[in-house]
Amino acid sequence: MGRLPWAARLYVAVVVAVAAVLLARGTFTFSADSWRDIAVLGLLFAIAESTATRLSPGNLSWSANTAATLAAVVLVGPVGAGLVGACTAFSLRRGPSLAQRAFNTGMMAVTAYAAGRVFVALHGHVGALNVNSFPGIIGPFAVAALAHVVVNHALLGGVLWLARNAEGTARATYAMLNVRLLSSDLGYGAFGLLIAALWTVVGPFAPLLALIPLFVARWAVAQFAEQQRAYEATVGALCQAVETKDFYTRGHSDRVSRGSVMIAREIGMRGARVEAIRYAGMLHDVGKLGVPTKVLQKTGKLTEEEYAAIQLHPMRGLDIVREIGFLDEALAGIMHHHERIDGRGYPMGLAGDEIPEFARVLAVADAFDSMTSTRSYRGARPTDEAIAELRKWSGTQFDPAFVDAFVAAIKRDGWQHPQPPVLAAEELATVTAQDHDDPSAPLRVIDSL
Amino acid sequence: MTERRHELRRYPWPVRDSGQLLLMMAALVWVVASVAQTAAAGLQGVSSAIAFGLLIAFGEVLRLNLPGDRESAPIGFAGALAYALLIQVGANLAQHSAAQVVTVTTIGMIVGALPHLAVGRPARVSGMASRLLCVACVAYIFRPLAGDAAVVRDWGLAFSLMTSLAIVALLLEVVLTALLRVDEQRARFRVALVDELRVQLPLGAAVGASALLIAFAAEVMGLAALVVFTAPLLVTQVAFRRYAGIRATYLQTVRALAKVTEIGGYVEPGHSERVSRLAVAIGRELGIHEPQLLELEYAALMHDIGQLSLHDPITGGATIFVSPQDAKRIAELGAEVIQQAQVLGSVAEIVRRQNEPYRDADAPAQGRLGGEGPAGPPLSSRIIKTANAFDDLVGSSLEPGRAAAAVQQLRLDTAREYDPGTVEALSRVVNRRSVMQL
Repeated sequence: MGRLPWAARLYVAVVVAVAAVLLARGTFTFSADSWRDIAVLGLLFAIAESTATRLSPGNLSWSANTAATLAAVVLVGPVGAGLVGACTAFSLRRGPSLAQRAFNTGMMAVTAYAAGRVFVALHGHVGALNVNSFPGIIGPFAVAALAHVVVNHALLGGVLWLARNAEGTARATYAMLNVRLLSSDLGYGAFGLLIAALWTVVGPFAPLLALIPLFVARWAVAQFAEQQRAYEATVGALCQAVETKDFYTRGHSDRVSRGSVMIAREIGMRGARVEAIRYAGMLHDVGKLGVPTKVLQKTGKLTEEEYAAIQLHPMRGLDIVREIGFLDEALAGIMHHHERIDGRGYPMGLAGDEIPEFARVLAVADAFDSMTSTRSYRGARPTDEAIAELRKWSGTQFDPAFVDAFVAAIKRDGWQHPQPPVLAAEELATVTAQDHDDPSAPLRVIDSL
Repeated sequence: MTERRHELRRYPWPVRDSGQLLLMMAALVWVVASVAQTAAAGLQGVSSAIAFGLLIAFGEVLRLNLPGDRESAPIGFAGALAYALLIQVGANLAQHSAAQVVTVTTIGMIVGALPHLAVGRPARVSGMASRLLCVACVAYIFRPLAGDAAVVRDWGLAFSLMTSLAIVALLLEVVLTALLRVDEQRARFRVALVDELRVQLPLGAAVGASALLIAFAAEVMGLAALVVFTAPLLVTQVAFRRYAGIRATYLQTVRALAKVTEIGGYVEPGHSERVSRLAVAIGRELGIHEPQLLELEYAALMHDIGQLSLHDPITGGATIFVSPQDAKRIAELGAEVIQQAQVLGSVAEIVRRQNEPYRDADAPAQGRLGGEGPAGPPLSSRIIKTANAFDDLVGSSLEPGRAAAAVQQLRLDTAREYDPGTVEALSRVVNRRSVMQL
């Protein structure tokens, strides 16, 4: 955080100052009861904040504290809600730096205060609820909850945007706009109203009841995140296992996966599809295992049968991964990643737009990685040469739009080349003689009579 | 107990397990009685009956599958419990009878099941029956007390009463589901109970707390409590659904990728799948708990993954026929692959030691049968060793005679190679299977 640009520092300072002014103006008007309520809600807030679930990208985290601030909006009004929001300062979470902590505190206080102001402006009644409060209170409360989410994300978006160069948080900014996140925030906002309503019946014990479902949700979210990490690690490891046989193609799946994601991002695919294409890249060549090793390693021309065996590998791959439910579109990509735009590819000879979009993306990344990697019959080619080769085949073998997108992405972000393989003597026997992915050296088939 | 189950299995037509049948009959009788009673007495509080009925139906539509093929309808269950525990709606006392709670819940459940049936997903009647029975128990205990002046005035009394009833209901649900699973999967009751508690506890706590929340909030908010409350539990449910989804995907993926050894011609088609199913059945027979059972399943699916590192496939792929050194190397290589994933540490260990003899000839004897010496391979490895050997001997053959001969052959080698405990468990699993095929 020490590397924050001055604009971001200024922004943080302004947010904190605004929060301090807003809260200081109204703090002295509370009764003892109100202070008790603020203390209980503040405690709830701090607990929720301390147990926030970290989201995978960047430093964003998700917690159920919205419920506490919105309950405060109804029970003790804007300033009280601001004070509850300021309890972010007491978060026990390790990790955030002092500046981050200050910003979070200021941001939550301003957010809660703004939601409170909206609630009051819409004639929402501040104080203990009774039977007559409903359903009239639902409208103002819903708008206040919405305002809470919007202000919160706007303030957060501001600092992320200003600090983007320092921490490279483009991904985090993107994740922030995640619709699911917004809706879960709103969902927990509704809990705020429930706490406020229960306050009338069971007093400050209300948060205790409300805490349980919140913690369960938190638990489930954490479990999900953990499982997802485990899942990715496992798929990665298994893909690597498939590659270990051939020294030259090690890391190929991983790089094709990265290349495909670069293209997908460049053409503005939506998040879920980018994820799917990442897996498609990792799994695109699993079917190669179904091709006898001696065919893969053959030098010189192939017989018709041998060529047919190679052409079958996308289908074999499909056989393997077909039952993985969530892959859907990725399956089509795996099956057709060797089709050509001019219709001369395999396994089905589709042409142009008939080829699934995923397959066209994979084809570009696949060929590029093959050309920039070392093969037994040639060294790795430099990026420029490989790009020229891609351009040459653009429109016949590759979809021009994706070639352009890939070239643009590489020019901007660069490409991490694989390390040239160091061969141990015993491994000399098991290398691919002719890479089926290499467009500059197509497989040669013995002419049939 | 086991003997009786074998008897049942002998009928050629599909027979529902006795426990399931009993449960459904009990629920049905209760429902019929309640509906009759409600019809005679007439509905009390029509608007809240409709609102809660809709909430229950909505919850049933949104039911979800928890890990381990468990069905759950948290929103519907919470709604039904709340209806049973309702004291006041706004300023009016809730005067509906227990019979009415059962009737409304039943109608809600049936309405909620219709969309599932329409798209061809079968309704799990046993799950619905057990939820209904829990709600009915709570309703019949609490409804007579709900109008009591002491309960209405003293929220502390009402709170503790409702809390304990919600806990009783959830525990009852756990016990009923565990009983059903004992019948369905041949698990041991105590093991099933602990597993069920572990899986259901988090969501169950949320359901119970939400039910109390609605019941209390309805006093202030009236029926609006239902709308406001549904949103947060919905979020919880979404989180659970995603969690269950990734768990299922994980298993699917490992299953699919375990097949690469078959496509590559390293092992016989279907080998990994069969070994894993057999291993899990043996594990269940031996009373292994669910988390370890899942690890066992992963390990069994991937037990041959090390063969991918070999230059050429072993002829026929059967690891039982290769030299111990080669088998050991395959196991080591496979464990290395799994270790790469970093998250499956114990799975890697199971795979690494899958070929170790049960009792090392050089080590001093450990005394009791199945006694696990400090250096002995883990139980899961011993199970995989047995299941793998059995499958190598029998393959996809369904012939009972061949299976019996294979078990006999393994039994002869229990002095050193195979754990006698796992072989006996295998024998029971195989017997059951051949009876089922008659």
